[in-house]
Amino acid sequence: MKVLVAIKRVIDPYVKVRVKSDGSGVETNNVKMTMNPFCEIAVEEAVRLKEAGHAEEIIVVSVGDISCQEQLRTALALGADRAIHIDMPSSPEPLVVAKLLRAVMAIEDPGIVLLGKQSIDTDNNQVAQMLAAITQRPQGTFASEVTVVSEEFPVSEEPIVSESNGQSNAVLVTREIDGGLETVKLNLPAIISTDLRLNEPRYASLPNIMKAKRKPLDVITPDELGVAVTQHQEILDVMSPPERAAGVMVNSVSDLIEKLKNEAKVIGAI
Amino acid sequence: MSEKKLATLVIAEHDNKSVSVDTLRTINAATTIMSENKQVDVTVLVIGFNCESVVESIRHISAVSNVLVVNSDVYQHLLAENVSALIVHVCKEHIGNDYSHILAPATTFGKNITPRVAALLDVGQLSDVIAIESPDVVVRPIYAGNALARVKSNDEIKVMTIRSTAFDAITTSDSVAPPQAFCIEMKRLDNYIPAESSEFVSQQKVVSARPELPVASVVISGGRGLGSKESFALVEQLADKLGGAIGASRAAVDAGFVSNDLQVGQTGKIVAPDLYIAVGISGAIQHLAGMKDSKVIVAINSDPEAPIFQIADYGLVGDLFEIMPELIRSV
Repeated sequence: MKVLVAIKRVIDPYVKVRVKSDGSGVETNNVKMTMNPFCEIAVEEAVRLKEAGHAEEIIVVSVGDISCQEQLRTALALGADRAIHIDMPSSPEPLVVAKLLRAVMAIEDPGIVLLGKQSIDTDNNQVAQMLAAITQRPQGTFASEVTVVSEEFPVSEEPIVSESNGQSNAVLVTREIDGGLETVKLNLPAIISTDLRLNEPRYASLPNIMKAKRKPLDVITPDELGVAVTQHQEILDVMSPPERAAGVMVNSVSDLIEKLKNEAKVIGAI
Repeated sequence: MSEKKLATLVIAEHDNKSVSVDTLRTINAATTIMSENKQVDVTVLVIGFNCESVVESIRHISAVSNVLVVNSDVYQHLLAENVSALIVHVCKEHIGNDYSHILAPATTFGKNITPRVAALLDVGQLSDVIAIESPDVVVRPIYAGNALARVKSNDEIKVMTIRSTAFDAITTSDSVAPPQAFCIEMKRLDNYIPAESSEFVSQQKVVSARPELPVASVVISGGRGLGSKESFALVEQLADKLGGAIGASRAAVDAGFVSNDLQVGQTGKIVAPDLYIAVGISGAIQHLAGMKDSKVIVAINSDPEAPIFQIADYGLVGDLFEIMPELIRSV
């Protein structure tokens, strides 16, 4: 089967962002950009599925301006086979991204679509769930383990006949939930979003970075995919969060306890 | 916008026995959706299996005007696929009301289900809302809480998840006021939608006698500085002494000191207790995102340059293996 991986270009997670003084957003000029960390985990998982013989081809896709081709090349260097750049002036809302990905799914027919659970800029945590909804496919969100299985799916009355040589028609996904873990079994095609614990992404080697330059990268527009770019929300302004008042350094444990009891009054006097 | 009456549907999170505190906080958030002279009609939808006790406790909340109950074994594990389809059915059929807002807590339950509901309704979603300014304008954190965005939704139905640390829980007690002021309508629905392409396999919940992170008034968190799983016992002992919950940084979780459901941060739990004690945590942006709204922050770290000291109310520099035993003895 094919595996489709959606990736996003974001501000590097170790950069402390600055809110613009006019309230229009955060400063992105001359700021280090990178692949969203959850997307890196999704790429790594796709490469592992290929190395395990479950996937024949890995396609990476990104939505945004031409600069996101840099992150697509990174994904190609990590082991993806080809890339699709959906060319838009900026990154649209999650629902539009989901509709663009649905259009790509219709062309490529992947067995598994991997996405990060959230991008660390907008912190929405929506695209995977929305894509699963509009394609009416099952979702395995916040995955910490993914296992492709070949057995027939028991709840389905008419077992799905697999087109790919009668193998791999379901996937077990262990999900990180509040209070522990949960495992679900999903019929393929399935949409999976990655959590931090899924894997440890590899680094791209220099020869692979060179090879990635020659791998195919197609550019396509939302129009060509037949997707209307709609705007459901508008950001009125962006503010800095309230600053905390400066704290004090204490010199000893007894000093600390005294302050917590009598000044902050967060622990009771004994 | 239109003259439509404001009606909010709150999706209840529960374990088929009791309603989650995050739901009680979401119901409180729902009551803040008001425009001039308009009251808000709050309906709570309880989807589950043998969840009578959940329904019973929600019926006693005076701010709730309707309770919708769907009881079936197909909803026992609250799979996203059929639960979201059911919620959309309730909205499209206007069961109980004509909803202008759909709210769920921003827990893993709410985050899993709500975007699916929004997409099925062909509307956007507002994630992790920390304030509701008007029926269509909310505030939500972006960039790991380093910026706050005021966002206006132009959708007919506003779908949002609520960050529970930003709202107090609504009271469940019926002893304050007699419930005759409100006549809660309860409706049982029978739309059982099987999940055709997904199946629950198993669940491993971490059982602990300590308070859960979202409700704890004291949280003690440990980081890489503890060095080992055994040393993490120092955090546990202090938590037990103070009746607090334990949390952890990503480094501590990745090193296997504690299970990942205790991770505090941008991608883990968001907490805002009265007292947060960070032990051996440097204070990376991603960790601060999950705890910087705590009322009082204490940092214990051997590195005086650690970023955690920049947001701590009280900082103590030193060897945590000397400080922690003394602290445990003294509190």
